[in-house]
Amino acid sequence: MKMNGARILLECLKKEGIDTIFGYPGGTVINLYDELFSFKEIRHILPRHEQAGVHAADGYARATGKVGVAIATSGPGATNTITGIATAYMDSIPMVIITGQVPTALIGNDAFQEADIIGITRPCTKHNFLVKDVKDLALIMKKAFYIARTGRPGPVLVDLPKDVQMAQTVFHYPETVEIRGYKPTVEGHPKQVEKAVSMILAAKKPVIYVGGGVILANAAPELAELAQRLGIPVTTTLMGLGSFPETDPLSLGLLGMHGTYYANMAVSHCDVLIAVAARFDDRVTGKIASFAPHAKIVHIDVDPTSIKKNVRVDLPIVGDVREVLLRMLKVTETPDTTRDISPWLAEIQAWKTKHPMSYQQTGTIIKPQYVIQRLRALSDPDAIVATDVGQHQMWTAQFFGFTSPRTLLSSGGLGTMGYGLPAAMGAQAGFPDRQVIAICGDGGFQMNLQELATIVQNRLNVKICILNNNFLGMVRQWQELFFDKRYSSTCMELPIDFIKLAEAFGATGLQATKVDEVDEVIKKGFATPGPVLMEFKIAREEKVLPMVPAGASLTEMVLAS
Amino acid sequence: MRHTIAVLVENEFGVLSRVVGLFSGRGFNIDSLTVAPTNDESLSRISLVTHGDEQIIEQITKQLNKLIDVIKVIDFESENAIEREMVMVKVSAEDESRAEVLRIADIFRAKVIDVTPKSYTLEATGTPAKVSAMVELLRPLGLKELVSTGPVVIGRGSKGWKG
Repeated sequence: MKMNGARILLECLKKEGIDTIFGYPGGTVINLYDELFSFKEIRHILPRHEQAGVHAADGYARATGKVGVAIATSGPGATNTITGIATAYMDSIPMVIITGQVPTALIGNDAFQEADIIGITRPCTKHNFLVKDVKDLALIMKKAFYIARTGRPGPVLVDLPKDVQMAQTVFHYPETVEIRGYKPTVEGHPKQVEKAVSMILAAKKPVIYVGGGVILANAAPELAELAQRLGIPVTTTLMGLGSFPETDPLSLGLLGMHGTYYANMAVSHCDVLIAVAARFDDRVTGKIASFAPHAKIVHIDVDPTSIKKNVRVDLPIVGDVREVLLRMLKVTETPDTTRDISPWLAEIQAWKTKHPMSYQQTGTIIKPQYVIQRLRALSDPDAIVATDVGQHQMWTAQFFGFTSPRTLLSSGGLGTMGYGLPAAMGAQAGFPDRQVIAICGDGGFQMNLQELATIVQNRLNVKICILNNNFLGMVRQWQELFFDKRYSSTCMELPIDFIKLAEAFGATGLQATKVDEVDEVIKKGFATPGPVLMEFKIAREEKVLPMVPAGASLTEMVLAS
Repeated sequence: MRHTIAVLVENEFGVLSRVVGLFSGRGFNIDSLTVAPTNDESLSRISLVTHGDEQIIEQITKQLNKLIDVIKVIDFESENAIEREMVMVKVSAEDESRAEVLRIADIFRAKVIDVTPKSYTLEATGTPAKVSAMVELLRPLGLKELVSTGPVVIGRGSKGWKG
């Protein structure tokens, strides 16, 4: 049966198992929206800005593990998606973004609402496609989903001109797809895996350093099993939080710029560092020359370009981390009883005792770290947390205590303010019955606060927590430490009535200004049906500590007093 | 260190800009680049010359391989490959220098492809070293214009290199 391109696109989404999409209509996707009007198998959520739509699809993808799908019209609709796409690209999130385009005959003519979105998104997508013929559409969609979710995942954009949406052809969705230039390595080289295991078993001071790839590859159980079997301490990046339970005695928490004292000391003194699906970002390594100076480095990653990009690697293994970890588990099945790393664990314990994660909650002024700890204590065990970017993000990373994968949604690579609220919205769409908490600063929240409308309209019952210091706190912190307290443009000055703001959108607004109100507000917020905005007026000049100044080595930490 | 890299890509629009964009976006160098379809019309072959230390060259080849439209990447080492480039060069040639230009052309087996009372235009093919040696000899005589293809490269031996 013949159908038009718009319908074919929706049939493709259905074939891919997509039941929720986020999109914003416009002139060049009006045909697509017309088909969507009667296409009941897909739930469409209308954000209030295309950027938020893409972040929502991203949050949906991170929380559910499925491919996130977003739609925007051509021109400004498409350019508004860029920040969302770049955010997903940096964190390797599987997504397919569909943009409308002016009719093929007008491409290149500076037509109304025309933008060269293929050219613009080339460096921030895993791949992109312009569909010039409706006959190619189904195959392109198949390829787009295949590329987005396999190998190192990432966003793929499909640009769909208006005339292609209108053109008719017979719909046939291919079962499989073969792309001759794209063959991701799945299995790690067995010899390399064996060598790595010998190196790890011979180590006196091993540390496992875990990145977000473990979560993306659904390899958290295998990782935990290996770490626990071999008794090796585990530190994670921001993206890796949740891949290993922080309640486990082997957990060292976060490493890097705002990592724990003991994680950074362990990495700086280890003799074998096992990097699992992490990419040695500058926020993790600090000064490269003094990163893990005594360690042989084993690096497991699905993306060969991540290996030896920033640091020397003694033993690379390219492959799907889950496959590699499974192989490692097989090789280490018989326990080596002669092996003893207890002096190393004792050394780490001494660091933990010397400088545990700490803050001072004295007086009535609310400390942000206290709010984070109370949120953990009072929320559901399987609650999903989305953050914005800045101080509150780091406090969440340091003090929430993540125990399972896909429960923290945060823009790690690009560091996108305004991500938290729409990402939480996307996660809530994926899990209507789970508790979803957006932890935001007052700055980042204001970058996408229009999404309160989407949340209320679609009954996405996100619980929003704003840690309000009326500052762009992280920049202020840098100004305090490195720019002689010259707070250039970081004070927000205008006090906003967040309660009224929430109410204006039809949500509930609550506020805590003193420490003894914190529990009450959180409990009430969680108990109130529907979306709730909880504002916490926090100590204005509280800093995120420990901190490794940019460019310093990990041992040069500014510690909490 | 100079490297000549051959990249076999899908013969589709936009592929070249993916390759070039990768170099500019990541701060890699392109000293020269040449591209044309191959005997298999669905494929194009890019020959490019770049430079960098071992780590940079490794990143370049890995990043190129990561592009979906890139099918194969070979970093040719000079000993197992043949490199050729072609130049066309317009040289001032008046009075006594007319004979000198022709002598140089003869030594390098260059062809005269255009002539005027004031100039010769020569075509020369050879290794980058040979071509640049000829250009350096012509330069003092008055080089008016030079255009070069940049090197193309093919492996030695009987084995053909396909997608």
